[in-house]
Amino acid sequence: MAGLKEIRKRISSVKSTKQITKAMKMVAAAKFRRAQTRILELRPYAEKMQTVLANLACTVDTGHPLLEIRIKKRVEIIALTGDKGLCGAFNTNIMKAVIKTVKEKEAEGVEVGLSAIGKKGTDLIKRRGLPLRQSWTGLAGRISYLNAQEIAKDIIENYINETFDEVVLVYNEFKSALVQKVSVVRLLPLAKVVSEEPHEFSLPFAYEPSQQAIFDTMLPKNLEIQIFRALLESQASEEAARMTSMENATKAADDMIASLTLQYNKARQASITKELMDIVGGVEALKQ
Amino acid sequence: MEGKIKLDIVTPHGSVLSEEVDEITAPGSEGEFGVLAGHESFITSLNIGVLTCKTGNKTEYVFINSGYIEVTAEKTIVLADSAERSDEIDAERAAAAKQRAEERLKHADNVDFARATAALERATTRIQLAQRK
Repeated sequence: MAGLKEIRKRISSVKSTKQITKAMKMVAAAKFRRAQTRILELRPYAEKMQTVLANLACTVDTGHPLLEIRIKKRVEIIALTGDKGLCGAFNTNIMKAVIKTVKEKEAEGVEVGLSAIGKKGTDLIKRRGLPLRQSWTGLAGRISYLNAQEIAKDIIENYINETFDEVVLVYNEFKSALVQKVSVVRLLPLAKVVSEEPHEFSLPFAYEPSQQAIFDTMLPKNLEIQIFRALLESQASEEAARMTSMENATKAADDMIASLTLQYNKARQASITKELMDIVGGVEALKQ
Repeated sequence: MEGKIKLDIVTPHGSVLSEEVDEITAPGSEGEFGVLAGHESFITSLNIGVLTCKTGNKTEYVFINSGYIEVTAEKTIVLADSAERSDEIDAERAAAAKQRAEERLKHADNVDFARATAALERATTRIQLAQRK
């Protein structure tokens, strides 16, 4: 049995770990609430935008470069992860989905390129020795619309230059504080937008200044919004995942402290008993 | 509900307004226009400006920082980059932004001229609207 001193040491070290995990959980909870508010605020806008675009798309027949479906030669997969670890399977799940998608695409005979948003994804891709085209890091915590614009701009440029013919984004969709779902969406070419609630009567829309002009500005905008939404969803998911995993870590520390304390008391009891036996033995010896 | 339009103003930072109104005046990119119920369906982009909506004898002003508007006979959706009701405008912040933009315009050799102009326009519109109430 381990010495009393060692057990005492371990107990105190587990206790300080518990304090850290508990604090991290609280920080994650605060960040999570903020992220959740932002995503809930953005959702109506994103959805309305989809509806407006759907109305546009059903009347527009002009081809737009971002809508045009080309022969797939090269697919770009973007992994959206966090900058930090300690959030359970959050980042690993993304990587698993990315690897799976890469295999699927390769089976179809298309070349695959990779990009990453977030430090973890960047590291994981590099560690696997996969080529990384572009990586955006350091946006965790203060995601702004500018980040989304920057990413969208890069993607659109490369898409128009035909660096790749399809763009897929892999991210954690935020369902609730306990559930995050890995979701794989195609960003480009923009899917034909289908509205869930079509207008009962489809009068032709009038456009000012022109159909083309509206379309030209609205399509990139929609892409930016989609990316922005994914960024926020991912952040909310990350904090939620961290909250859960820190909660579990705190619980595990509690269990460990309990079992170590038991062990400590047993050892203490054993040593007292041993000392008593020694004294009694000594007295007996003296008597004789 | 005769003659009413359902007006929704949404931004990436949340919904600003969702009401039944009688009349809307919006700052379209091709000029200001009015909308009444039964308007022909159309879509246009919006400039920086003030959207006015009337309900009965109540008039409300909303600051719009460019975006899009979709008008159908009974429903109007405004997708704005940002929007504020007149009573939500932070006049002090707008004044500070105006000063900053003017500063930048003064020595605008290497700064993005268009961006500073847009910032100035936003600030001025906000201040005007804040003073109007």
